[in-house]
Amino acid sequence: MRRIFSKQNRALISELVRTDFKLRYQGSVLGYAWSLLNPLLIFVILYVVFVKFLKIGDAIPHYPIYLLLGIVIWNFFVEMTMQSTTSLVTRGDLIKKIRIPRWMIVFSSSIGALINLGLNLIVVAVFMIVNKVGILDTLPRIIFPLLEIYMLALGLSLLLSALFVKFRDVSYIWQVILQAGFYVTPIIYPLSRITDATLQKLLMISPMAQAIQNVRYDAITHTATTTSSVFANGYYQFIPIVITVVIFFVGVLYFKSQAKYFAENI
Amino acid sequence: MSDRVVIKVDHISKTFRLPHERAGSIKNMLVGFAKRKRGYEIQKVLNNISFEIKDGDFFGIVGRNGSGKSTLLKILAGIYMPTEGSIAINGKLTPFIELGVGFNPDLTGRENVFLNGSLLGFNRKEMKAMYDSIVEFAELERFMDQKLKNYSSGMQVRLAFSIAIRANTPILLLDEVLAVGDEAFQKKCSNFFNDIKKDKSRTIVLVTHSMDSVRRYCDRAMLLEKGKIVTLGDPNEVADDYSKQFINTTATSTKKKHRYGTGEVVYQNIRHILTKEWFILDFDISNKTKNNYDSVTMGFDFCVDGDIIIGNDTRFMKNYKSGISLAANSKKHFTLKFPNNFGKHHFTLNTNITTENGVNVTDQLRPALEFDSNNIGFSDAWEVLSFPEITENDKD
Repeated sequence: MRRIFSKQNRALISELVRTDFKLRYQGSVLGYAWSLLNPLLIFVILYVVFVKFLKIGDAIPHYPIYLLLGIVIWNFFVEMTMQSTTSLVTRGDLIKKIRIPRWMIVFSSSIGALINLGLNLIVVAVFMIVNKVGILDTLPRIIFPLLEIYMLALGLSLLLSALFVKFRDVSYIWQVILQAGFYVTPIIYPLSRITDATLQKLLMISPMAQAIQNVRYDAITHTATTTSSVFANGYYQFIPIVITVVIFFVGVLYFKSQAKYFAENI
Repeated sequence: MSDRVVIKVDHISKTFRLPHERAGSIKNMLVGFAKRKRGYEIQKVLNNISFEIKDGDFFGIVGRNGSGKSTLLKILAGIYMPTEGSIAINGKLTPFIELGVGFNPDLTGRENVFLNGSLLGFNRKEMKAMYDSIVEFAELERFMDQKLKNYSSGMQVRLAFSIAIRANTPILLLDEVLAVGDEAFQKKCSNFFNDIKKDKSRTIVLVTHSMDSVRRYCDRAMLLEKGKIVTLGDPNEVADDYSKQFINTTATSTKKKHRYGTGEVVYQNIRHILTKEWFILDFDISNKTKNNYDSVTMGFDFCVDGDIIIGNDTRFMKNYKSGISLAANSKKHFTLKFPNNFGKHHFTLNTNITTENGVNVTDQLRPALEFDSNNIGFSDAWEVLSFPEITENDKD
């Protein structure tokens, strides 16, 4: 572990992240502001359509904030996995000509996404204060589901980026899966809308659904349905955690087995 | 110099699987699998290579294009894995093999210095401390806040080289660095190499095409051909053997002359004179048809060892942008003068004539002629032969 975060590696990761940030909004007038504006604009659209037109979520207190928080977390997951998937290939010049640990490229793109998530969470916090959402004593606990999402996303990023080197189809397939995931995960609709209890349970074994609901429960309202409440605290509530850990290790191991050949295969 | 071996290469082979049609999608893989077709070709790039490099050596690797020298360097750098055999490296080496790796055209020179430094393992604090001396060595003080895409290639190499030599690793791997830059900068590079050669503080592995560098700097050298070691040891011997290889192939290439084209407009009476200052080309072009042409163009490619070094086309010459007009059954006589900055090489000159804005090739000579230039010029870096003088005498 000490070797992984050696002085050289830290310097390189910080430069790679810096470069990504500088390049991302180059040539745009608003620049960095887009990392905040983008989720806000999507939020406005979803809010108008689902809250104002369709009147979903009346039963949940502070539903707009609840919605925004879900979108911010989901966007982080999308951004991190999509960017990481292509990261090895877009940084092919480095891989082909320099011996740096390959995981650093995926890792640095994940740090970029994390920084964005941090900025977006600040926006959510501001909204919470403006909307007078009471601070819950469970608030510090959000770190656990957020870590879980990061671990899941990192495992997937390692797996997908290594696969992408060999099969360029991966990014298209992953886009479709993400689109499906957005609707299967209770982000824009409250879980109570699903009346079938079995279906509810099925939806809530997804790590993303479980983690997002836990964050909402801990930060905004205890009326949010969580995986443990769906499974009435049974052992099944740990399925999402198991899935996350398994995906993480599969990702790490597959990446490790392929890393030697990236330079030749890109 | 100690007798400690720092790099030991033991019976290394490297094979690449070159896909016929890149099975880059799952569908292709499934189709290929169903047909039980092996969609790739095995190419052996390195074949049973063994050698040792001792502490403080200046070791040169030479060979023609495709001889496997860059692959070998990549294996030494740990970028590729050898298929067979093993290497043992005793000490830290630079993690990159080419200058300017990771340079980003959309970042400024300053930002690129920090990025490149981090690839060498320096953090921001260390880079700040050496920033000024890097910029000074590269002589780019005025340009550091400009984006890299606005730099000339020479400027980029200067910047990259200035950063690269900061690497404080005891082993340096370098691929083709001495080719670019003006005379003053080349002198700086050569001073740097001479210093290293003198005090034996570092081990250098240099891949190059310049026999001049091999003779001047290297203590030992190796000639590769088709993935095998031909000569290993004395740099002068290696340089001689490399030059011999070169002569053999140019001799065979002389035998093969090709002429293609529709024959409507053709070259006649091509002659050349090489003086100290000029390379002068003198020829006629003749229209063999009953049509008048008004957009005839001519191209000239100067090649060394099969690679085009510099090409030019009458469309880029002031008076002939829209083409040359040539009446039915007529001839025109031309003289082209190129400034002689050719360096010391064996050149072949390929020429062609086209009509209809380059679409219809009427005559192509590969090569039209060969010559040995002996002007030393800018050692190995040629000035671009971009604006020859062209004169035309009508001869109807």
